[in-house]
Amino acid sequence: MRSRASKAWFFLVLVLLFATLAPTIAANPHVQNLSATLQPPSSSAWLGSDHLGRSVTGRLAEALRVSLGLALGAAALAVALGTAAGLLAAWRGGWVDRALSLTADAVAALPSLLWVLLLGSMSPGSLWPLYLGLVLTGWIEFFRYVRPTAQGLLGSQPVQASRLLGFGPRYVLARHLAPPMLPTLLGLASYAVATAVLSVAALGFVGVGLRPPTAELGIMMTEALPYYAQAPWILAAPVLVLVGVVLALQSITSHSHKPAQVRSEQAAT
Amino acid sequence: MFWLYAAARAGAVAFFVGLLTFLMTRALPGDAAFRIAAGRYGYDMVNAAAADAVRRELGLDQPAWVQLYRWMADLVQGKLGNSMVSGDPVMHEIAHQLGHTLQLSIAAWALALLMGVVLGVVIALRPTSWLAQGLQWSATVLRASPAFLIGVVLSLGLAVHLQWLPVAGSDHGGHLVLPALTLALAMAAGLAQVVSHQLQAVLRSDYFEFALTKALPQRAALWRHAARNIAVPVLAYSGVQLVLLVEGVVIVETMFAWPGIGHALVHAIVARDIPMIQGTALVMGLLFVLLNTLLDLFHQRLDPRLLNTRSAS
Repeated sequence: MRSRASKAWFFLVLVLLFATLAPTIAANPHVQNLSATLQPPSSSAWLGSDHLGRSVTGRLAEALRVSLGLALGAAALAVALGTAAGLLAAWRGGWVDRALSLTADAVAALPSLLWVLLLGSMSPGSLWPLYLGLVLTGWIEFFRYVRPTAQGLLGSQPVQASRLLGFGPRYVLARHLAPPMLPTLLGLASYAVATAVLSVAALGFVGVGLRPPTAELGIMMTEALPYYAQAPWILAAPVLVLVGVVLALQSITSHSHKPAQVRSEQAAT
Repeated sequence: MFWLYAAARAGAVAFFVGLLTFLMTRALPGDAAFRIAAGRYGYDMVNAAAADAVRRELGLDQPAWVQLYRWMADLVQGKLGNSMVSGDPVMHEIAHQLGHTLQLSIAAWALALLMGVVLGVVIALRPTSWLAQGLQWSATVLRASPAFLIGVVLSLGLAVHLQWLPVAGSDHGGHLVLPALTLALAMAAGLAQVVSHQLQAVLRSDYFEFALTKALPQRAALWRHAARNIAVPVLAYSGVQLVLLVEGVVIVETMFAWPGIGHALVHAIVARDIPMIQGTALVMGLLFVLLNTLLDLFHQRLDPRLLNTRSAS
């Protein structure tokens, strides 16, 4: 299992490097060349060109920058918000706990894709509604994990001992709460990134997310579909990259979930 | 308590959908009073006086919270208005689309349950065989593929290359197969993994070994001792499936031009048809709450321990 997770990390780092370094080596993703459309992959254009003669390599890199930037940013904010809210609810209890839990339940009553769709239709084609929608629905997952886990840990004897010895909240957080929760949080975070990448691509695919000429994985697939018979490689590039990235993120999740599960089972017996 | 919670969830859906669509009307560019006056009297006949009359009549000069209150009051009374594209009442359109969406969802869920359980059992009973390994691998890849990607691959394969099925639309029975299969595959992959995981745990358990030791045939032991114990975690996983289903319906209906609610929602968003956006999002959200509630009810029946813990806390 460890080798699979490290392979996944390796692949993700490679993808990130490609996305960030491509502007310096690949062609501009917006420059059209109508005398060289639907070119097959060659030494000058590694992934060929699309129906407007734009470099597929350049477009793929831009799509990855957009998708991963959005997904990583949204996941980071969701982790921070959800963990903070979960800790607050567990620590303070009472009405704070009830109010936060109610908010989470109310937001979760609407499926997250509907949230993103509705927010996105307020200002079509811009990034902030997607970002807002992903964060708004993303924090709940972390809140629902952190709240009960922290409640259990805060009531445990080691934490009580630490408190009796006069250690402050910061020490309890760093010494007792963070270590057992971090692996699962990492797993949930990579799962959230995967979900975000998929949502953005799905919205782009049906034409209600970002707008052309922005290169985005879903948009690239929609644009490539009519030329599938002549140039299947321009469809293959975004499809393979999307599946690869999500697969890598999911295998990080399943890997980092294992230790925490085993530990909780040991604690239960 | 249970029904109160379900009603509260439905209320939350109505509140959020109403609030978001209300904000949408405020975010539209231009002066709404001028637009409405132009719609009534024609663009040549509009002047500031006509716009002011419309503004007074519709209460557009009131503060935002009063307008929000009236918007919500209409929503609660089921006054969803007319579609801005077709001009028909939103309720009529949705009543027509709901049938299509339910047909697709039920077909997809039934197919997913069938495939997920059968494949999960195959994987669990012979985990080392090449068939199980292959299924395991394809389930992992399928879980990483969004529904629309499965749809693209299926329609290219089955409809374009082999020409067995129609690509899109909803004329006769054949049109249901591709969207239903797409949704079902997206849902079945996770289900198969959960079923095989749980079944393997049961096969290793003491009570199952005892059942075999007392000479119960394997088939009977599986049916009597494994089926019920697997049903509870599988049902718990159905909550995750429901999210996949509702979100998948939006995407899959759109890509296969299946005339359901998800298709209507996406088209309403493209056309900025706010009454339709509100109506379809509302029904979609309420459907999600209803199915979630039914799942919870079923879950409690199957596992009475849930009732005890809930009433004790």
